[in-house]
Amino acid sequence: MPIRLDYDYIESHVPDGARVLDLGCGDGKLLEDLIREKGVEGRGIEIDEASVRKCIKRGVPVYHGDMLQGMKMFQERHFDCVVLSQTLQQTLNPAEVMHEMLRVGKRAIVSFPNFGHWQVRARLLLGGMAPITPLWPYEWYNTPNVRMLTIKDFTRFCRKQNLRIVRRRFFSRTFIRTPAAGANFFASIAIFILER
Amino acid sequence: MKSSDRELIVEKKRWRFAEPPDKLRLRCGESLGPIDVAYETYGELSDGGDNAVLICHALTGDAHVAGKHSHDDHKPGWWDIMVGPGKAIDTDRYFVICSNFIGGCKGSTGPSSINPDTGKPYALDFPMVTVKDMVRVQRALVKECLGIDRLLCVIGGSFGGMQVLQWTIDYPEMVYAAMPIATACRLSALAIAFDEVGRQAIYSDPNWKGGDYYGGKPPHRGLAVARMIGHITYLSAESMHEKFGRGLQDRATVGYDFGPADFQVESYLRHQGDTFVQRFDANTYLYITKAMDYFDLVSDYGTLINAFEGVRSRYLVLSFTGDWLFPTHQSREIVRALQANAVDASFCEVESGYGHDVFLIKNPALEDIIINFLKNCQDGIRGAG
Repeated sequence: MPIRLDYDYIESHVPDGARVLDLGCGDGKLLEDLIREKGVEGRGIEIDEASVRKCIKRGVPVYHGDMLQGMKMFQERHFDCVVLSQTLQQTLNPAEVMHEMLRVGKRAIVSFPNFGHWQVRARLLLGGMAPITPLWPYEWYNTPNVRMLTIKDFTRFCRKQNLRIVRRRFFSRTFIRTPAAGANFFASIAIFILER
Repeated sequence: MKSSDRELIVEKKRWRFAEPPDKLRLRCGESLGPIDVAYETYGELSDGGDNAVLICHALTGDAHVAGKHSHDDHKPGWWDIMVGPGKAIDTDRYFVICSNFIGGCKGSTGPSSINPDTGKPYALDFPMVTVKDMVRVQRALVKECLGIDRLLCVIGGSFGGMQVLQWTIDYPEMVYAAMPIATACRLSALAIAFDEVGRQAIYSDPNWKGGDYYGGKPPHRGLAVARMIGHITYLSAESMHEKFGRGLQDRATVGYDFGPADFQVESYLRHQGDTFVQRFDANTYLYITKAMDYFDLVSDYGTLINAFEGVRSRYLVLSFTGDWLFPTHQSREIVRALQANAVDASFCEVESGYGHDVFLIKNPALEDIIINFLKNCQDGIRGAG
């Protein structure tokens, strides 16, 4: 996912000095900012070796490997926040990931691109092809995304899994707040804050 | 001229301590003294004393990690690709220390040293030394001989990595950062098995004579076989296939005999064995493989999480995809136990088709990681004051 505007929102919801775990932390930019600006105790988990090397270069503590495996050894509620930014759509077992996030963390911050956005719907309905939009930029044959989820899907999922939604925020592609009403049609990005 | 092209001339130094009656009491219960420690240093210690990097060598290494002893020395130190002016472990920037472990045969007190009580080499009267003992001796060298209170980083691969882990557990206040590479908190049964076959090769050499061969013919056959076995475990099927395949050695067809090597891989291993015996002592091989087999942080501390309870260093743990002797899951185990203690620990599994020995070979990804980690550590130690 090229656009990481959700970082700003996530940053604003991480308290100073908090313990933060970033799942699929990429090159470590979010954690670096959080460590520098908010003095957080940050940890990242990342599966891609080149990205891991970038984290090491930034001085961000990182675990190279699968996120479920990486979370296993953390004690219960060790983290104040566990972040899953734009990665949910690429996880094979989202339910397990979500529950593990709320085991090791007091709070989970999850952002994902909304597959219910009108452009996505229009592409499929009118174009008759697997949708390619700014937030879903891949062809069907090269996409890393294995979970196409909408805001409505995720809300239902949380209810079913007994994950308490503390807050939901919806944004356009340029990160302008979108009203909750009609978000599943108009919002490009959703951010959920969850607790157990 | 690039600084990396400058020739590094180093001097092997020796430090003696634990003079009787103040012998060093070893973990096995016996005492050892006096103890000589062969060591080398590279670069300059900063005024604040905050740029010291200790390198712990592996099974068959020595204190001579980089550079040459003289201009006409034909071979540089064992990690010369990584250590030197302008290199990843930059001796223009860091004060690098490496010492030969006790039990060794490259200048530090070991089974081939003279036992002051008898005037003859210790041979198997040499007490069993462990990783903990080796690290204690290194600490004495760093603190008492070199006057350094805190090391910026302790780095080591394989058996050297075990020493790194022990350092952080035993002397947490002295280690700002640690980089255990391709190592484990204890050997697997597979690795112990290879060590034992190597030892059996030495025992079965008639020249070994229960270890009492000094002054006579050394057990070169046995030691060479041990080295050949060891060397196979440092490679991988992929790298052996790439390097040798089924290529024949200086011949067009196989010989249908038991004479000179048929295959290149045979010739290579014979060469490895033959050159190794010229520089290594068979009894040291026995002692050090035992020390490696005995190393077990889980049994020492109950659990690995307990082992790291009091550590204060930041860690970078590295493993390699092609390493089947110290496989990645063993490194992950270390990192997860560190994580459970909320320690600042990073882990990277570096892609490489080569085997366990890969950290000794030129590898840009590994260099990149080491350069950046050390730089961040130096910024960190200076920021922390």
